[in-house]
Amino acid sequence: MFELLSLLQLQQLWWIIVSLLGGVFAFLLFVQGGQTLLFSLPANETEKTMLVNSLGRKWELGFTTLVLFGGALFAAFPLFYATSFGGAYWVWLAILFCFIIQAVSYEYRKRPDNFLGTKTYERFLYLNGSLGVLLLGIAISTFFSGAQFHLDENRFVFWDNPLRGLEALWNPFNYLLAFTLFFLSRIGAGLYFINNIDHDALHVKIKTMLRSHTLLFLLFFVSFMGWILTKEGFAYDPLTKAVMIVPYHYLNNFAQMPWVLALFGLGVCLVVFGVSRALFSTSKTSIKPFGVGVIFTVTALFLTVGLNYTVFYPSLSDLQSSLHIENASGSFYTLTTMSYLGLMIPFVVAYIAYAWYAMNRVKITEAEMNDSSQHHY
Amino acid sequence: MNELASVDWSRAQFALTAIYHFLFVPLTLGLSFLVAIMETLYVKTGDLEWKKATKFWMTLFAINFAIGVATGLIMEFEFGTNWANYSWFVGDIFGAPLAVEGILAFFMESTFFAVMFFGWNKVSKGFHLLSTWLVALGSNLSAFWILVANGWMQYPVGMVFNPDSARNEMANFFDVLLSPVAIAKFLHTVASGYVIGSLFVVGISAWFLLKKRDLHFAKRSMLVGASFGLLTSIFLTLSGDESAYQVAQHQPVKLAAMEGIYKGEHRAGLIAFAVLNPDKKIGDDLHPFIGDIEIPYLLSFLGYRNIEAFVPGLDDLVYGNPSKGVISASERIESGKIALGALKSYREAKKEGNAALMQESHTLLTTHMPNFGYGYLDKPEQIVPPIALTFYTFHLMVSLGMWFLALFIIVLFLLMKREIMRYKPVLYAALWSIPLGYIAAECGWIVAEVGRQPWAIQDLMPVHIAATNLGSGNVMISFTLFAILFTLLLIAEIKIMLKQIAIGPDGGH
Repeated sequence: MFELLSLLQLQQLWWIIVSLLGGVFAFLLFVQGGQTLLFSLPANETEKTMLVNSLGRKWELGFTTLVLFGGALFAAFPLFYATSFGGAYWVWLAILFCFIIQAVSYEYRKRPDNFLGTKTYERFLYLNGSLGVLLLGIAISTFFSGAQFHLDENRFVFWDNPLRGLEALWNPFNYLLAFTLFFLSRIGAGLYFINNIDHDALHVKIKTMLRSHTLLFLLFFVSFMGWILTKEGFAYDPLTKAVMIVPYHYLNNFAQMPWVLALFGLGVCLVVFGVSRALFSTSKTSIKPFGVGVIFTVTALFLTVGLNYTVFYPSLSDLQSSLHIENASGSFYTLTTMSYLGLMIPFVVAYIAYAWYAMNRVKITEAEMNDSSQHHY
Repeated sequence: MNELASVDWSRAQFALTAIYHFLFVPLTLGLSFLVAIMETLYVKTGDLEWKKATKFWMTLFAINFAIGVATGLIMEFEFGTNWANYSWFVGDIFGAPLAVEGILAFFMESTFFAVMFFGWNKVSKGFHLLSTWLVALGSNLSAFWILVANGWMQYPVGMVFNPDSARNEMANFFDVLLSPVAIAKFLHTVASGYVIGSLFVVGISAWFLLKKRDLHFAKRSMLVGASFGLLTSIFLTLSGDESAYQVAQHQPVKLAAMEGIYKGEHRAGLIAFAVLNPDKKIGDDLHPFIGDIEIPYLLSFLGYRNIEAFVPGLDDLVYGNPSKGVISASERIESGKIALGALKSYREAKKEGNAALMQESHTLLTTHMPNFGYGYLDKPEQIVPPIALTFYTFHLMVSLGMWFLALFIIVLFLLMKREIMRYKPVLYAALWSIPLGYIAAECGWIVAEVGRQPWAIQDLMPVHIAATNLGSGNVMISFTLFAILFTLLLIAEIKIMLKQIAIGPDGGH
């Protein structure tokens, strides 16, 4: 079946899969957003425990998606994996440190004799949710703004800035996506808490938070879109593979790929609908349209930076070292094999959905948090 | 010089993170099954004592699991951050198992982990039990895929070199998946995890018995642990034999270092115990050991299934032994340099559009491709790994493996005779065997990884070519940060674990 596709079609298929994973990961960042609310939202320790336990049953999904995102990039676009992770060493290590400390914090936070103290683990969670998300946003923003590297004849990476990726912090435009993700994750957390926790007082506070955060999110999101749609983009010639700078390239991509534009438009509408419904009705399921909307929107953004002969990792040092899906990808054989293995994904999604449904049927309550026979975070 | 130092720091960092990670992985592998067995007994019998035992061991599992996830994350991304050239050179092959691990194993683990811990009152008994088994299965599937990847590095198969992209590309997924080295590695590694899980349960149960606390719970747990431990110790021994056999077939230099063999011989004996001669050098006539106990013929038999078989020594492998058909490292280095030269001329011919020269260069490259990695070496002696470290860790691992088998037999025997409480030394031995299990497992990895130096990929890519072009200062700082963070987390884990054990099965979860 997949053997009938051309190499380019397989590369496009895998970019779509990677984009979708990016979209799912962006949605699951609501866990990180929730972690940044632990110091401001709850009025007492019980409320905080409810928030932690609500997030604690989902953090691994986001973590696993991040790992899969890395694994899929490694297998499908190994040159990007080698170039970005090996080159932008410090940005990626900083992100990884933020996620390492997340992994232990839920389990260890309330354990007796936990050595570092409860507050430390809560600060770890805050750091993961704030710095981790901001750095991820900055790292992904370099897909649009570029990075300083070149490749030698063996395609081994040489990074041309001693800050090894941290130089991206000096580009103010990169913060637009970073803060967009940051506020998006907090909004997602609010909607998830409304859905998952049975507690009226918390719901009232969450709705107040949602109002201000929606405005801030829109401010950064519109600015980010304004930046990428008006800036010069990086493209390559389909025949010669020569990389060039093209004015309004990302805007053109939306115009030339109407299905991506439709996906993006639908995603944005669903996000707005989800947040509005949470704000102006008593609905507790706004996380659903919001979540689908985030996945659609972020997937569309990844698609516009990778498809239509677009460079997805531009080199500012040597334009011809820039990476696109054709020069960074795995071989025909590997992409075909991976595609067959990818047929398992719907099965995986199905059992995740079932387990999510089974666990969320019963909402988190104060009574459950006070039941010492149950496992709690 | 700086580049070399950077490589060494990257090796140190990878070793550090791998050693830390493998402190937690084996317990996850073993304890997940033990917990699933205990929950099965609860569901089958309805006996709440089994539920209590399940919950107690599950709590310890969760504490260990969290830090295993934390340390595991970095392992995947370190291939990119510190071994970027490697990632490009073989990412087409190596990346696939990692991606499949994410799809098939990690999601299974993470999804059902939540059900297993928080679902006692939310889902049916049957679904909860299924979730517990799926966590165990997911953990072991995860181990399978990562060991397929590791097995490929030890014995690269199923690929072709593409001179246009200057990398290896996968040619047969099933060759990679079902490589005998990968299968042997998987079976031996998970078996070590099962034994460590069993030692953990038996050892902690012994502590309860020594303290005369929760006796019923402790004896039941010990029975499950020792039974599982005995079966898996036998399996560990058999899979270890197969693993060593594969080393003999595909990594003869590693085998020679494991056994301290300098001069090859027919009817080679297995060194049961020895002290290495520190003055011994490759190619000299000094005896390799100060003192040794050897089991005659056994190495030839175990390595080649034939007591007459010739086992090459380090001298043969470095300097060659034509009478036995062993090629010298010098010849292989020469061949490797021809391969590298052919690749260069292929590229130049391609630039010039010289099809004939391209074809000629490609043929030459293909002929010498098996020695490609040797082209990056300067001296034949570079193919020899650190001998003392490989030798002693191998022998310590094997000795400890034998001890664990004996321990499980003794504990089971005394449990059956209902006399375990009378034999305090056995209980202390069981308790102190917990750290020994970890030492054995880490020794196993040191044998596997140090023993294959200088190769990142056996015969294809040495570590100094595989590493990212990073300044040593960068890696030195990240190494230090990892050392501090992981040490802090390890201390936290141990303290929490000890406290939770002290609280006992009637405490909080």
